[in-house]
Formats: sequence, structure tokens, C-alpha cells
Amino acid sequence: MTKRIFPKEEYCLGCHLCEVYCTVAHSKNKKDIIKVYKDKKNKPTPRILIEEKQGNYVTFALQCRHCDAAPCTKACITGAMKKLENGTVICDEEKCVGCWSCILVCPHGAIRRGENKKVASKCDLCIELGEPACVKNCPNEALEIKEI
Amino acid sequence: MNYVIIGNSVATAGCIEAIRNVDKENLITIISDEPYRMYSRPLISYYLAKKVTEDRMYIRDEDYYEKNNVKAILGKRATKIDFTNKIVFLDDNSQVNYDKLLIATGGKPFIPPTKGFELKNVFTFIKFDDVKAIDNSLFEGAKAVVIGAGLSGLKAAEALSKRGCSVKVVELANRILGSILDIEASSIVQKELEKHGIEFLLENSVSEIIGNEKVEKVKLKNGQELDCDIVVFAIGVVPNIDFLKDTELKINRGIVVNEKMETNIKDVFAAGDCAEGYDMVFEQQRVIPIWPNAYNQGETAGYNMAGMDKTFTQGFPMNSIGFYDVHMITAGIVVPTSDDIEVLKKFDIEKNTYRKIYIKNGNVLGYMFINSFDRAGMITNMIKEKINIEAIKDRLLEDDFGYLDLPKEFRYEKLLGGAKK
Repeated sequence: MTKRIFPKEEYCLGCHLCEVYCTVAHSKNKKDIIKVYKDKKNKPTPRILIEEKQGNYVTFALQCRHCDAAPCTKACITGAMKKLENGTVICDEEKCVGCWSCILVCPHGAIRRGENKKVASKCDLCIELGEPACVKNCPNEALEIKEI
Repeated sequence: MNYVIIGNSVATAGCIEAIRNVDKENLITIISDEPYRMYSRPLISYYLAKKVTEDRMYIRDEDYYEKNNVKAILGKRATKIDFTNKIVFLDDNSQVNYDKLLIATGGKPFIPPTKGFELKNVFTFIKFDDVKAIDNSLFEGAKAVVIGAGLSGLKAAEALSKRGCSVKVVELANRILGSILDIEASSIVQKELEKHGIEFLLENSVSEIIGNEKVEKVKLKNGQELDCDIVVFAIGVVPNIDFLKDTELKINRGIVVNEKMETNIKDVFAAGDCAEGYDMVFEQQRVIPIWPNAYNQGETAGYNMAGMDKTFTQGFPMNSIGFYDVHMITAGIVVPTSDDIEVLKKFDIEKNTYRKIYIKNGNVLGYMFINSFDRAGMITNMIKEKINIEAIKDRLLEDDFGYLDLPKEFRYEKLLGGAKK
């Protein structure tokens, strides 16, 4: 019953709104976008990666693939990176020490260093909200969540 | 079925988790000479630096053994194995019978015979108890000598320096981190450590530790003497398999295993830092004492112990480690082993970033990224899957290398693979 988000690059405008919604969804002020970056201590990082390159008209957004045999969970030296029973891979940011073993092994390059570069920041499918903010708010439906 | 595992680190986690994917019923017994539940040895330097507290040292939840129906025999050492009758003997004269056995005893410190090693305040740097002992003897301004400038020696040096010690590192080779970096890269890291007051004495070694009950100084090979309050030995790790010598178990440098992690003895498996498996980059049997490798080997052993047929053929060295503000990720070979290896290199002095990649026949054999490593796992995966990178090789050096550099079909397959259409 693992869920994954799939990008549809033919529809992606490269507008970066998914990053904005992802950031807000992982902030302490989920209801008030204006406060998101004003809380400097907990400045959140988008957990989504926009691929775009100059001179290339293709763009798309990429998040953690929540792999079946997730290499990050096997390489994590603290046990912070773990797979939940429903297949979602999450990072326990309290445990993470920022050794970046997850970055060493993630075949998709989908794990980011957080804003303060101290702990890993990755897609948790908006576990607290019940549905991923990026999918819900993509203006052109270029992101889709599917059960696989 | 009665599963027994000797050892209690990440290879054991891999084994337990694999067995439980297949067999929820049968008891797993683990035996460890350390009294702790499953903790992370790489975290000991973080503990010493006071970045991680004791409760964060554990890599699995407190109810892990209970939830996985694991009987944990902790604080007892396995002393002998009777492979014929399938019995493990422990140091309190008790016995544990097995049907399937995994040996995952990890590594132990390599210590060359050194006069004065028995003096007080001379430590090794592998186990939780090592750093607890160091912690107890530390004081502000203590003079520390670390022997060995490898991964653990430098993590020890960094932690001791963060705790207010003045630190000198003695290393036999002409550069630090010789197992993962070339000369240029190691000098970047050395400069960073020196910036924080750590001193290096390269191409030197400790010939004698001097003191009266407690260490007072060390004497170096070149005759120089260094005053010190603490000595930390971190020269290297060797397989922890002394209790298995002179048995029918096949041992080379480590316990020899095939791609199923089977040893030469039926129903006996080995994994992690005590095992010698196949290295796909070096194309030979090697001990690869690396965390992810240990998990993968333990997992493979676990599946096979539980009756599945699984192989692990993608072992090779890989590391992610940082000191102060310099972080590096490396994998595969770090120094060319033959003339037909192509070298790509990009050194940005201003940003203090360094990327170097080795290629042979269109395949990446190894890389070394310093301070520019954000999507390094994509390259690790190219080594693992032997992906031909001939068409995109110059892009591999760029900080922003990503899926857009890959052919569309490949990108689609990787990203959309597994989607229900």
C-alpha cells in the first residue's frame, strides 16, 4: 500500500509553488504563510526538488520515492531514517546528526540537507496533513499521488 | 527453526529484519559481549563531543527485541562454537543451540605491540565503553595524542578538540584519510582540521608510551617526545574473530562468505566487519568495514537463513563523513589502480569544493566529492548498477547534476517505475 508521488513533466510549469506549499506544510505556522520564514529558529526547507536547467525547457518536481528496500534506512547510522508500516519513509529529525549517509546512497538524490544543514530534510508525504501539499496545490496537476 | 546471531550491531539489525519479513514465528537469539542494546558505533565520536546523549545512541526503538521476538543475551561473550553439534558456548559456561547461525562480531581495534600500552589513560576508539572511559578521564586543556589519521582517528581528534583538549595526530602515511582520499583532497581536510588547532605529525609513529602508572608522554619513531595526558589508538579495525581461529571455518582476512553470505560450514553465515565478501569495484574478496555494507550483508544472510534465496553482489566501499565545516562523500576506488582509468576533476578553490571521478569503459569506478555532494547517491547508484555514463560524463562534475542530465527514457523508467498505470 506504499504511496508515491509521480511528476508529469509535460504539465510542469516550473512555477515552484510546490516548494512554497511544501515549506508551509512543514512549518510551525501551517495556516499562516507570512509567519513561515519569520520564525527564524525553525525556518523550514522545501522537501521537494525542482529540476530545471538553463536552456532546457523541461522542468519537474521530485520527492523521495519511498523505495521498497529504501537504501537510506539501511545506511542511516542513527536509526533516524525509517520505513513506517504503510511504506512511507520518514526521517526522525531529533535523531538525525547530519552525517549524510542517506545522501551517499539515495539513488534519486531526493534527500536534502535542511535549512540549517544540520539534519536531513525529506518528503514525508505530509504525514501530519493526511495528503501531500504539493499534489493538492499544484496549479497544473503536474504531480499525482498513486498507490503502488 | 532456531536462529542465533552473535553480534549486536547493524548487520544483526539487517538479519533480524530480513528474517522477520519471512518468518514471524521462530525465535531469534542474539548474543553480545557488550551490555547495551543495539547502538551505533559511528556515533561514539558524537557522544564524546556531547552532540549525542546516551538515549540517542540506540539505532532501534526500546521495544525492538520484544516486537521482533528476539531473545537478547547481552554482556556475555561467545567463546567457542561446536559446528558439528551446532552449539555456541558462552563465557559463563552456558550454551546456546542453533539451527542457523550468523556470525556478525564486527571489528576490533588493531594495536601493534607498543610498550606502555597498559598505562592508564591509553584508550582505543571503537566501543561505547571506550568513549565512556575517555569521557571520565577528560579535563579542559588536556593534551591528547591520537594515533592514526583514518576515519575514526580523525573523528576522535575532532571530538577531543571540541571538548577543549589540545590534540596532536600521529600518522604513519604521508597523508590523512588515505583510505578514502587522494593527496589533494586530504590536504583540504587537513587544513580545515589545522584551522581548529589540531596538529599533524605525518610519516611518523609512536614507538613507546611513557609514564608512571598514567601516561605522561609518547616517544615517536623519529625520537621526538610529546607530553600528553591521553592517548587514543585508532590505527584501524580488524575482524573480531580470534575465537574462531583453528576451527574448520574458512578464514582469510575475514570469514570467507559467498554471495549468499554462507561460510564453508553448512547453516553458518557471516556478515559485516568480520566477513570477507566480494567487492564489485575491486573485483576481489575483501573485508569492507562499512555500515551500509554490513546491513546489506546481514539482510542477505537473514533471508537465506529463513529459507529464501537471495544474493548480495553490490558491495564496495563508500563513506560519508565530515569534520567541522568540511564534508566529504566518497565511493569505490579513490586512487587509480591501472593506467586505463580516466580521471575527471574539478577543484573550485573559491568555494573550497572538489569533485573527482574515476571512469573505466564508460562506468564510474569511484568518486570523491568534498563540500559539493548534494545528489551523490545518483553516482553511487551508477557504480552499483554499472550504468554507462559516456554521454554525460562531463556533467557528473557539476554541483547541479541531476535527472535532467540523463536520457529521457532512463529518467522516466527510474522516476515512474512502479507506477500503476
